Amino acid sequence: MHMRTVEISVGVFVLAGILALVVLVVRVSGVSLSRDEGNYLVYAQFDDVAGLRKRAKVSMAGVTVGRVADIAVDTEYGLAVVAMELNSGIGALPIDTGARILTEGILGARYVGLIPGADEETLQAGDYIEDTQGALVLENLIGDLVTRLGAS
Amino acid sequence: MTRLLRNLGVLALERLASLGRASIIWAQSVWGLPRAGDLSLLIRQIYNIGVLSLIIIVLSGFSIGAVIALQFYTQLSRFGAEDAVGLGLALVLLRELGPVVTALLFAGRAGSAVTAEISLMKSTEQLSSMEMMGVDPLHRIVAPRLWAGLICMPILATIFNVVAIYGGMVVAVEWLGSDAGSFWSGMQDAVELWEDVGKGMIKSVIFALVVTWIAVFQGYDSEPTAEGIGLATTRTVVLSSVVVLALDFLLTLGMYGDFK
Repeated sequence: MHMRTVEISVGVFVLAGILALVVLVVRVSGVSLSRDEGNYLVYAQFDDVAGLRKRAKVSMAGVTVGRVADIAVDTEYGLAVVAMELNSGIGALPIDTGARILTEGILGARYVGLIPGADEETLQAGDYIEDTQGALVLENLIGDLVTRLGAS
Repeated sequence: MTRLLRNLGVLALERLASLGRASIIWAQSVWGLPRAGDLSLLIRQIYNIGVLSLIIIVLSGFSIGAVIALQFYTQLSRFGAEDAVGLGLALVLLRELGPVVTALLFAGRAGSAVTAEISLMKSTEQLSSMEMMGVDPLHRIVAPRLWAGLICMPILATIFNVVAIYGGMVVAVEWLGSDAGSFWSGMQDAVELWEDVGKGMIKSVIFALVVTWIAVFQGYDSEPTAEGIGLATTRTVVLSSVVVLALDFLLTLGMYGDFK
């Protein structure tokens, strides 16, 4: 085959590979280019996060408003510290906003649910959410029930 | 008994020697390429190895994506979890099936061709006549094929993944009526750029290295007879497939670790 045709088809081949990679990055793994613009981090301490993962949803009234950015443990108090990246689009939240660890369905993934507050003052980047409630761990509940039944 | 032991020993030494020869050939060829003027050789090989494999990759990608989506859909819909079809499909393809199936198809389509070509050159003494003319066959014949394989396989695997995901979407969304929004957003939530796309790419580069190495060496080391050519081609396909599958298990263990 003519060398020119070979070169052109190899060019098309490599271009197709690059396009396919772009599709994988943008469409499949959902990396958006204007990602960090105006998003801000708030923190919350929980006594138990029980299977919450990074990149889990943060939602308010069922609408996703952010993602869990990081989960660390505070060894001094034995608490889990969850960093949440909130979308800039939702605007500022009242400072008495609460956070709970919830479960999608019965066996679904864990996520953070925000409970709206009413205060005039707003949460700033880096603030801690005070009013938190950790995950309900089924084993603890059952254990609790068994000891109460045993006592009565 | 001693005969048996002796034969085993001879066999083991034989295998060791061929591994050694393979390594030497590989090392000598890989350093051989980056010279100006060799570019046209490389482009010709990318055409032979990559462009000509495109049809089989696209066709198999589409069918595999479609069949995975079909199976996921029928099983997941029993639990009311049809929304997970997209993410299951994408993760299975990016992490395992994309690199592995591409490598297997590549071994069958391009690896066997490379082996047959080189061993025919050997049996018709084209390689020795090159040496006699002062042309190093490792540079002229082997190196472009090794590099072309290394360049082509990740590209082919990427194209395979994309085509398979769209094939799965055609089945799950267009045909079975799963929701397009949850198909894509479930996928985007679960797929991570480095963890899934990046590590899948690394796998396919490693497979490319192994398959082209086996193909080139089997051709270079074949018996210079008609039977030898057939044997070498068969060995390329069998050995590449087995090694790719075994290596995939090890790579998955290493990359995605902590399963226990």
